[in-house]
Amino acid sequence: MTAVLAPALTRRRPAFSFARWVERESVFSWLMVALPVAFLVALVGYPFFYGIWISLQDRPVAKPGEFVGLANFIRAWDDPVFRQVAVNTLFYTAAATLLKMVGGLGLAVVMNQDFRFKNLIRALLLLPFIVPTVLSTIAWQWILDPAFSVVNWVLKAADIADPGPSWLGNPHLAMFSLIIVNTWRGLPFYAITLLAGLQTISPELYEAATIDGAGRWGRFRYVTLPLLMPIIFIVTMFSVIFTFADFQLIYVLTRGGPANATHVFATYAFDVAMGAGQFGQGAAIALSMVPPLALIILAMAIYMRAPK
Amino acid sequence: MTVERRGWRVRLLTLWLPLAVAMFFALFPFYWMAITSLKTNQELYSRKVMPLIVHNPTLKHYVDLLTETSFLEWTWNTLLVAVISTAISLILGAMLAYPLARLRFAGAAMVSFAIAATYLVPQPLLFVPLADLINRLGLNDTLTSVILTYPTLLIPFCAWLLMGYFRTVPVELEDAARIDGASRLQTLVRIVLPLCGPGFISAGIFAFTLAQNEFLYALIFLTKTEVRTVPVGAIAELVRGDVFYWGQLMAAALLGSIPVAIIYSFFVEHYVAGLTAGGVKG
Repeated sequence: MTAVLAPALTRRRPAFSFARWVERESVFSWLMVALPVAFLVALVGYPFFYGIWISLQDRPVAKPGEFVGLANFIRAWDDPVFRQVAVNTLFYTAAATLLKMVGGLGLAVVMNQDFRFKNLIRALLLLPFIVPTVLSTIAWQWILDPAFSVVNWVLKAADIADPGPSWLGNPHLAMFSLIIVNTWRGLPFYAITLLAGLQTISPELYEAATIDGAGRWGRFRYVTLPLLMPIIFIVTMFSVIFTFADFQLIYVLTRGGPANATHVFATYAFDVAMGAGQFGQGAAIALSMVPPLALIILAMAIYMRAPK
Repeated sequence: MTVERRGWRVRLLTLWLPLAVAMFFALFPFYWMAITSLKTNQELYSRKVMPLIVHNPTLKHYVDLLTETSFLEWTWNTLLVAVISTAISLILGAMLAYPLARLRFAGAAMVSFAIAATYLVPQPLLFVPLADLINRLGLNDTLTSVILTYPTLLIPFCAWLLMGYFRTVPVELEDAARIDGASRLQTLVRIVLPLCGPGFISAGIFAFTLAQNEFLYALIFLTKTEVRTVPVGAIAELVRGDVFYWGQLMAAALLGSIPVAIIYSFFVEHYVAGLTAGGVKG
């Protein structure tokens, strides 16, 4: 009996089988993830550290660099334009994120009712978010045109102002306009995501709150808001990161002008690196985004996690 | 009667009025794009004519855009780049997502952390080193430069979304296939992937719209007319010097938005599912 079985067993179990080796959980997993991980390391991980290396060099475009330590960061710190850029970016991010959050939450609450054509309206409201930003921003540029702005035409027709203000030519109004256009583009993302969150809240909780004597505001404050907090946090984190690093909208509408009033980190880094050809300085300006961004996200995380 | 009337008023104030304001704000720029592209130049640049409607519609701007500029070439480039980089991202995203969702292996936590970190790295952080890298590889002014770099923006999202879908496949199904002698790869291809079709559609549409939307890398890497994408072409070539050709620009903006809008309209539900999965499930 054993004499018959033994050879069969050894034949079924050769010393090493490639097919069997591949079937091992860890081997199969690593064979799968190796290619995408290598791809991301080559095109995200490596450039990130290479960018840090470039930022430590005095490096005119397409020439070998010279190591200068932190000189680029020190120069940025002493540069009044850089300081203005930092203030602009923070203000732009704070104002646009707040508008999107409040407006998006409001719209989500409004849309969390039963009404006709709900899906169609939801689809149309998302259009600003899906259409390529540069193309819709060109439309806004024409809406805010210095000579033929339709907004100013309406202001004139309504006898409010003649001629209307220069929406992109006045430093304060230019910033205001950018914030409005950014809100226009990003608000649907907030609204639709928060709406999806609202729909997961059980109606029984609202009934219970009503029985306990909560009114409209009470139900919103003590049921909706706490349950929605995790989603608000995630959406806001994304929004803060991408608003903070915004490039397209500002590049198209104002290129950072007038007089640097709307320059943000991304557009300024682009100007210095691509316009002036100072790769090292440009990389340093771009990298300066990391600490404030990390601080904002950390602060948000602490604030949102804090028991209330 | 009074209750009914009051209900109607409340509904108007709490539903239809805010919805109308939101719709107006969201859609007016598109209306403006459309009517501007149909106006004659005399009408566009006159302060006397009432601008809210078109008085003498013309297709001249569309004809000029299609015959005098490289708009069709840009559209082809944009679609080609978006389709290929979406396909790459779906494949590589799935290769990351399946082991992370289903298998246990050393380093899994590190890989998922790397994906999350990649997701959160904003593009402007990397454009300087990438410009240098693309330059050294000799890929300037080739579509390969953006086909290679766009997936870095799309893979993390695709992987994240697909992980959620892979987890919904019952483990029993996979076990049954394995007991019947299927290899891990066969189980993935024959059993799991067919069940995750909706996930691939959601991730694909999202990736496609993101790829159409990309501007910074295209602006830096593509400086010749024949390789440009629509957003870069419109900004770089429909504005000559300080002169804005508004009719053509609006026609380009409208036509350039149409591919995304069409695909979006067919798959709205999938798109919304993908969008909200990013926020809600994450």
